Amino acid sequence: MDIIITGLFLGGTYALIAMGLNLQYGVARIMNLANGEMLVVGAFTAFALYSGAAVSPFLTIFIVAPVAYLLNWLIYRIMLRPLVTRAKSRGMLEQDAILTTFGLSFVMVGLMIWVFGGDYFSYSYLARPVVLFGDNYGLNRLSAFIGAVILCTALYIWLNHSRAGMAIRAVAVSPKSARLVGIDVPKLSARAFALGGAVTAVGGAVISTFLTLDASTGVLFTMKALIIVIMGGVGDVRGTIVAALVLGVGETLVASLIDPGLTLATAYALFILILLFRPQGLFGRKSA
Amino acid sequence: MRRKDWQTLGFAALLLLVAALLPLTGDGYLISLGVSIAMYTVLATSWALFSGPTHYISLATAAFFGVGSYVTGSWIEIIPYWALLPIAAVAGGVLAALVGLATLRLSGVYFVIFSLGLAEMIRQVVTWYQNQTGHKGTYVLTDMTDSGIYWQLLGLAGLVYLAGWAIGRSRLGFALRIIGEDEDVARHVGINTALSKVALFVVSGAVAAVVGAIIAPRYVYIEPAIAFAPMLSFQVVIMALLGGTGRLWGPLVGVVPFTLLWEVISASFPNQTTLLLGLSFLVIVYLLPGGFVGLYDRLRARRALRGVPA
Repeated sequence: MDIIITGLFLGGTYALIAMGLNLQYGVARIMNLANGEMLVVGAFTAFALYSGAAVSPFLTIFIVAPVAYLLNWLIYRIMLRPLVTRAKSRGMLEQDAILTTFGLSFVMVGLMIWVFGGDYFSYSYLARPVVLFGDNYGLNRLSAFIGAVILCTALYIWLNHSRAGMAIRAVAVSPKSARLVGIDVPKLSARAFALGGAVTAVGGAVISTFLTLDASTGVLFTMKALIIVIMGGVGDVRGTIVAALVLGVGETLVASLIDPGLTLATAYALFILILLFRPQGLFGRKSA
Repeated sequence: MRRKDWQTLGFAALLLLVAALLPLTGDGYLISLGVSIAMYTVLATSWALFSGPTHYISLATAAFFGVGSYVTGSWIEIIPYWALLPIAAVAGGVLAALVGLATLRLSGVYFVIFSLGLAEMIRQVVTWYQNQTGHKGTYVLTDMTDSGIYWQLLGLAGLVYLAGWAIGRSRLGFALRIIGEDEDVARHVGINTALSKVALFVVSGAVAAVVGAIIAPRYVYIEPAIAFAPMLSFQVVIMALLGGTGRLWGPLVGVVPFTLLWEVISASFPNQTTLLLGLSFLVIVYLLPGGFVGLYDRLRARRALRGVPA
């Protein structure tokens, strides 16, 4: 029981990170492999503000989000937009995007190592136990989960019940048709990319309250977010959340029953199952 | 075979022979540099055999390499060295076939993501297995010298070039070029796209595993973190793309300058290697699409356009 709850807590935060990636890949069509580094940037900021000025990580979010939004918007406009224009096919864009965002991710890791050094960093925030169903849990994990749930719900409602959200979903379904009904696809793609980056960075700030990170852990989170997005189905918010929870529970199960060193192997096992049996994602329909 | 083909072959053999003279200098540093260059040449060229025509970016080199090193590391005491290389090739090939069958039927992104984490996943599993059985690393004690390793790698390079040349002229090579241009067209003309891709991926995986098996004695001590270092995959991709994957000799043109640059940077600024890797990726995408080979082809095309009147 306690394994499942811990897993759900972890999965909640994963959902937030994967939602960010899903916005970037599903809408802006950029497979952003520097996504995990954006998370680490968010986490670093939360760490710096908490240990330097004792600002609560949940307040830091309000600084991290707009800054990350702007940063990602600039990245999209300056670096990625030219690739979208020059690509002759979706496959070419994918290859260019993969190489560019890889480059970006290494540059960000390199800069962070330069500035902060390669050490692990963590801080203690709300590290008090709470009792749920007769078991002890860290309050920071619970608060991170609640934060993630609130943000995911807000995003979900916004995407499904607002005009802007509908336009974003339209682009996700078909950029060509979206143009026909008067949606400015390039502008919206840039915004979706920026929003995705902001969501991921916020996820980083949240996750830093209970996980220890270093400058080069980003790629692990990128992997997990990618696996979640594929498992849940590209552009599918509901699927992302379910997949994130599945991954969170699965990882915690393996970590506590077999060996904590095997978390990525778990993610991979799930990934292989999905690829073999439901490559379109949990709730996806087969494309024609 | 036309006369020009014989000339190319002869020229390549001559180059290989000249390269084989390097250990006679007796300079340890030069030989060790030669080993690095030979190793990356084999890895980058075999990478390009698959990824060049198909445009599928494989990041699994480190996984195959690690499997190969472990074949040598685990069985060097039991099985004679020369038998280990074919075993490593089979192990790498089987792994590549499994990965290929699972992912190459689908879009390229799935493949990239899968290959990205493959080395890390195998590393975790090997570490876990070693913890279960209670030993940490393995010693690889042989009387193999750097020169011996260098000659073996050169021989392997020769084989890879020969294979690449043969594949380029075969039906399989032609099929892969069509797949790279347009996969739908390839399917419509009756090419078994998944099988062709898997076949070439197996070749590239097997070669990387053999390289790992050859290099293992140089490490003396093998543990998962060394054998499956993910950096290797990225270095290989950068070298191959920097040189250009359009031609068989392309990766070599990228390997030599990048290996030297890497030596310099990691000797004087060891913390900045990640930054260098990142910047190289960006340079390739924005300034050198197609690598040095692409640049060379563009220059030649421009000269041809200007219409050399003579």
